[in-house]
Amino acid sequence: MALLSVEDLKVYFPIKGGIFARTLDYVRAVDSVSFDIEPGQTVGLIGESGSGKSTTGRAIVGLSKITAGKISFDGEDITKYVGKNRSSYRRGVQMIFQDAYSSLDPKRRVLDLVAEPLRNFEKLTKAEERRRVDELLEIVGLGPENAIKYPHEFSGGQRQRIGIARAVALKPRLIIADEPVSALDLSVQAQVLNYLKHIQQEFKLAYLFISHDLGVVKYMCDHLLIMHRGRFVERGGRADIYENPTHIYTKQLIAAIPDPDPEKKDDSMARRARINQEYETLKTMHYDPNGRVYDLRAVSDTHSVALPE
Amino acid sequence: MISISGAILEIKNLVTSFKIRGEYYAAVDGVSLSIHPNEVFAIVGESGCGKSALALSILQLHKGSATKVEGVIEYKGRNLLAMRDDELNGVRGKEIGMIFQDPLTALNPLMKIGAQIEESLSVHTDMNAAQKSERAHELLTSVGMERPNLVYSQYPHELSGGMRQRAMIAIALVCRPSLVIADEPTTALDVTIQAQILDLLRQLQRESQSSVILITHDLSVVAEMAHRVAVMYAGQIVEIAEVGELFHNPKHPYTRSLLASNPSLESTGEGLLHVIKGMVPSLDRMPRQGCRFAPRMPWISPEAHESSPVYHTVAPGHEVLCGCYEHFRFE
Repeated sequence: MALLSVEDLKVYFPIKGGIFARTLDYVRAVDSVSFDIEPGQTVGLIGESGSGKSTTGRAIVGLSKITAGKISFDGEDITKYVGKNRSSYRRGVQMIFQDAYSSLDPKRRVLDLVAEPLRNFEKLTKAEERRRVDELLEIVGLGPENAIKYPHEFSGGQRQRIGIARAVALKPRLIIADEPVSALDLSVQAQVLNYLKHIQQEFKLAYLFISHDLGVVKYMCDHLLIMHRGRFVERGGRADIYENPTHIYTKQLIAAIPDPDPEKKDDSMARRARINQEYETLKTMHYDPNGRVYDLRAVSDTHSVALPE
Repeated sequence: MISISGAILEIKNLVTSFKIRGEYYAAVDGVSLSIHPNEVFAIVGESGCGKSALALSILQLHKGSATKVEGVIEYKGRNLLAMRDDELNGVRGKEIGMIFQDPLTALNPLMKIGAQIEESLSVHTDMNAAQKSERAHELLTSVGMERPNLVYSQYPHELSGGMRQRAMIAIALVCRPSLVIADEPTTALDVTIQAQILDLLRQLQRESQSSVILITHDLSVVAEMAHRVAVMYAGQIVEIAEVGELFHNPKHPYTRSLLASNPSLESTGEGLLHVIKGMVPSLDRMPRQGCRFAPRMPWISPEAHESSPVYHTVAPGHEVLCGCYEHFRFE
């Protein structure tokens, strides 16, 4: 049974206008997407800015209002509890944010930041709480002496690790990681990615890993969802997407990854030119007359593509 | 492709220092390099390594009151650091163009794109209005704008991020400079737009035969764009080589560590990425003697480092700072 199951999720934002600020139309940020996350699995959600990938993640944890659709956790329909306190869902699903600078309260010590989820859900004595915080800090490679410091005393990578310690404090089963390493330098990014892999094994965690960085996603995820204009254009395993991209948008995305081999730079420039040409000629085939992405259709056991019937 | 003599830009022993609490600390500490005609030269490093400080020093765009720039920056034989401000203004934009990371803050929000492109022509040339407008339209077409006439009379906020960056490139190229400095030109862009902008820069560079200094933190961008690369760490160039040589035969421990921590290169999902121990020291705590990377690899014995590191030539055009590269191994 899937750990998290999302069915026909829609998140629409109204466009207000006219003299009475009537709702004229909607921005279909997330337009009917469905997917499952199995226990312990890492699912990558990939797209450009504005594709609706972050809104999908935020809707799952209740930070964006769901317009329609159904979310089940552990087989139980929890759509109406999303975003409500004290539910077991709130403990089971946590979030790591992109910007570790603005997601940590600058006036609170690390001890209070990391203990906050514990205080919300568990009754612990001061000593127990301190012991749990020290454990959590150790998991993300920070010593207990850091508990009494404030966020500004840490570097970007360390701050992101504090965010991770907070997210794993309640031993969740699913973490929504929204661009967790985008703001970090390469060497620091490697460190955070390693910690994410490490705690995944330790806590048997599942991730929904939201990112625009196809290199990071390839390294982290076994299952990928490609999002474009609020819908999925393609889903599949790592090999399906990287070696056999089928939708014209996915092809363009994969071709855009800079090749780390300097000898191939002319090849990759030529390949991109060819694929952009293909995109122009084939785009009417891959989108319906309103520019909407078609429904996904299975092309193999693991691989589905949004193509017309 | 790369001529040995006749550098277009020659930087000798550049030291750029910033004032922190009344004391000057060098962010760029003794950098020497030369840029040849018709080459893309990349400077790569992480935040705080001094790569942007170096780029801004060339045209002296730092705030004068808190910055000290020492050394020699010779552009076509003239020392930019010895020039008066009005002489420098003749070089800025005309001889050397600049592309900034964030086009939204670099463009003037109150001026139309066309006017911003023409501004530079008004300062540096005596073209009349019709000629300027023609040149601006020509440029908007060559940077790949779909509707150049429309964009000409639009404001920056009406354009998407990729189009703004194209407008920035048009402004940088308007006076046909022989050198363009691009400071993280694609960092703020999506991957598909990044690819478009990089392809455009490469194509324009080939057509105009100008030189480009590309500042970036992204090794894949370096691989795609550059002819030669300098890797910076803690204000110094630790390794300099032709791009193929650097990627296939990296020598300095920092370069090797950086390549090993790139998930795009290690993409099977097996095993862990290499992590560089410790962190980049802040400006006021930077070690000024010995090998600056030594604290990040404590398992290498201190005798491996030189007390005052010098450059070692390992292949023609390939230089490495400090002898420790011969003793380096991953932990």
